[in-house]
Amino acid sequence: MARIKVLYFAALREDRGRAEEDVEVHDDSTLSEVFAKLFAGSPLMNMPIAYARNLAYASGSDRVEDGDEISFLPPLGGG
Amino acid sequence: MFEIVAHAIDVARVRRAVHDPGFGAILVFEGVARNNFDGRQVVQLAYEAWPEMAIPVMAEIGAEIARRWPGTRTAIVHRTGIVAIGEPTVVIAVGTPHRAECYAASRHALEELKARVPVWKKEIYTDGSAWKANATT
Repeated sequence: MARIKVLYFAALREDRGRAEEDVEVHDDSTLSEVFAKLFAGSPLMNMPIAYARNLAYASGSDRVEDGDEISFLPPLGGG
Repeated sequence: MFEIVAHAIDVARVRRAVHDPGFGAILVFEGVARNNFDGRQVVQLAYEAWPEMAIPVMAEIGAEIARRWPGTRTAIVHRTGIVAIGEPTVVIAVGTPHRAECYAASRHALEELKARVPVWKKEIYTDGSAWKANATT
């Protein structure tokens, strides 16, 4: 198992009821698999998110490693 | 200067960050909180950011601009928290030797910020609120 830190922002933070949490996932899980697992059944499960891993944009097909910090970014609204 | 701030943006300070005696042009763009969206009245905006990622991405945009338009200096400050109608939500200052690249670089900075910098906007109405995404085109 890999222990990772997940950060939540905006609508995902409100849905999750917290800004971050540590979770355990199977080794070699992809970012999109982690999202699907954490938001299964949520009204936001089909939100068009972007992925970040260790403070850089990542692909949903990237695999997590133990100690990673990841986040799922809701559609941006800056400006 | 690339910052996320939780208070009113000091526009003059952002402008000073790009000042250079060799520049012939400085553009200061202010994105401002607007009181309507799709005909619905907006009473205030609430912005949330991920500073640990937003600041490096803003700096990256500044570096890209300096490569594309050599000699250009860019500063970006985005605000978080509740922003009243009419107040700046983001300030982008660009200084360049000549005017043409100043307009181009300023526009480029804003479009890239909207597409890449992790900031989120919630519109607050008289009767509710909603997270609003930027248009993707």
